[in-house]
Amino acid sequence: MNFENTIGLETHVQLKTRTKMFCGCLLKTGCEPNTNVCPVCLGYPGALPMINKEAVKLTVMSGLMLGCEINRHATFDRKNYFYPDMAKDYQISENGNPLCIGGGVTIETPNGPKTIRINHIHLEEDAAKINHYATTSGVDFNRGGTPLMEIVSEPDMASADEAIAYLTALKEMLVYAGVSDCNLEEGNMRSDVNISIRPVGETKLGTKVEIKNMNSFRGIHAALEYEARRQRECMAHSIPIVQETRRWDGEALETASMRSKENAHDYRYFPEPDLVPVALSEEQIEAWRALLPEQPKARRARMIEEYGIAEYDADVLSQHKANADYFEAAAKGLDKKIAKQLCNLFMSDVMALLNESGKAIGECAMRPEALRSLVTLAAKGTINGPTLKELLPEIFEKGGDPEAIVKERGLGAVSDASALEAFVDQAIAANPGPVADFKAGKKAAAGFFVGQVMKLSKGKADPKIVGPLVAKKLAAL
Amino acid sequence: MNKPAIDVAYVAELARLELTDEEKAVFQPQLEDIVRYVEKISSVDVEGVPPTMHGRAIVNALREDEVRPSMPREEALANAPARTGDEFMLPKIVEGAES
Ligand SMILES: [Zn+2]
Repeated sequence: MNFENTIGLETHVQLKTRTKMFCGCLLKTGCEPNTNVCPVCLGYPGALPMINKEAVKLTVMSGLMLGCEINRHATFDRKNYFYPDMAKDYQISENGNPLCIGGGVTIETPNGPKTIRINHIHLEEDAAKINHYATTSGVDFNRGGTPLMEIVSEPDMASADEAIAYLTALKEMLVYAGVSDCNLEEGNMRSDVNISIRPVGETKLGTKVEIKNMNSFRGIHAALEYEARRQRECMAHSIPIVQETRRWDGEALETASMRSKENAHDYRYFPEPDLVPVALSEEQIEAWRALLPEQPKARRARMIEEYGIAEYDADVLSQHKANADYFEAAAKGLDKKIAKQLCNLFMSDVMALLNESGKAIGECAMRPEALRSLVTLAAKGTINGPTLKELLPEIFEKGGDPEAIVKERGLGAVSDASALEAFVDQAIAANPGPVADFKAGKKAAAGFFVGQVMKLSKGKADPKIVGPLVAKKLAAL
Repeated sequence: MNKPAIDVAYVAELARLELTDEEKAVFQPQLEDIVRYVEKISSVDVEGVPPTMHGRAIVNALREDEVRPSMPREEALANAPARTGDEFMLPKIVEGAES
């Protein structure tokens, strides 16, 4: 019998706010334990939470990007559970009335585009961090109360590849909108993954297994592939699949059943009496919509159109908003031909410099205007190719205005025909041997004269002009 | 008899309260009385009345995303029954057993 997979994801995304969800404590990683804490995030009785407006804004902006309907009257609830990572013994979340409802993410599959529907997005607070030691465990509340938005998908994915395509598209959009850094290593984006299988053609969903708290795409892919295989094997041997939470073991490369306590999932949600509803006006939602950036896909298409650059280049550039922003700042208003040269230089030399230095584009000293000026100088023939390649790393590292540097050091290319002709004549006069070679039919000798002219001009002649000039003079001998 | 309005043993377990059998026997009818009393409210016809989440009809008590000073760590840890380094100490937890 043939089976198909049904995969759904619940993705927790850390929002890019300065402070926590319900208190003004600073959000920062790498601080000394329990230094960013207060009565609210330590769960002191009587301490009152207050909703961070920025977190609401970022969640609504995410919803707008994903085509969700924005709830005009959202409310918070208490999710009750006992665990030392949650000092209040309940987590404030949105159960019945979340901020964003519906929406979807379109992914590319071998069978064409496919939309993964979103069920809803709700806002909640993160738990504290528990650290494990030899004989004890300890709680650090710095992370406790971090604003998280949970994006819950419908079970619309049919393979591990589709799940990763969905997460990749989601990440790209959220980073673009500046909603989250989506830094996987730092746990900014963690997913609970559920998967079941059913015979092809069956409409009822199979028994699902959940794998919690996965923060690497590679891990998610491997865990899903493993589970899909394991569940098929269970079916083949008539072993019942139990609804359970399993843990991914990244070393053994397998999932293992987790001992879960009975009644663990009875959260007894009820409305949070300490918080009043969030009621969003049309004006507010529209004001936030206006802050949304252009979506990566639309940007790719526009960059190809506007700058005449290749699809591949537009694709690579648009993957990182900072790179695309930089390129556009440099290329704005340039002639398509020059913009394309700028793109080539960015894709090869500038990218290489970024890689070597380990810097992000925003950290290098070269301003976009400087790159524009450098490429324009080369395109106009004011400097030659070798000078361009020589100046680029220097300006990349130290900054500065290319035009001023070229003027100050006299790096301008010698393109004046009479000056170049004089160099060619000089080279021919000084080298009777190679001239004889050339006359004897050794055409390669022409290259020698180009080299001589470059030397005489101290590297400032444009080899592209010198070549034909040398050929002309030699032919006339 | 109807299903009891509340299962005290179950609720106590969820709340991590350890009750003796005698205590459960005392609390069961007491809490049933309380729940039945509160349940009277369900007999009111609320057809067409939107649920009220809060006693006061205010919305949007939001704060700006501005950092406020946190409390000194020693103060935060002062009431910890035990500490391990600068953290609240717990008995050893088997990682991944439950969350
Ligand atoms: Zn706090």
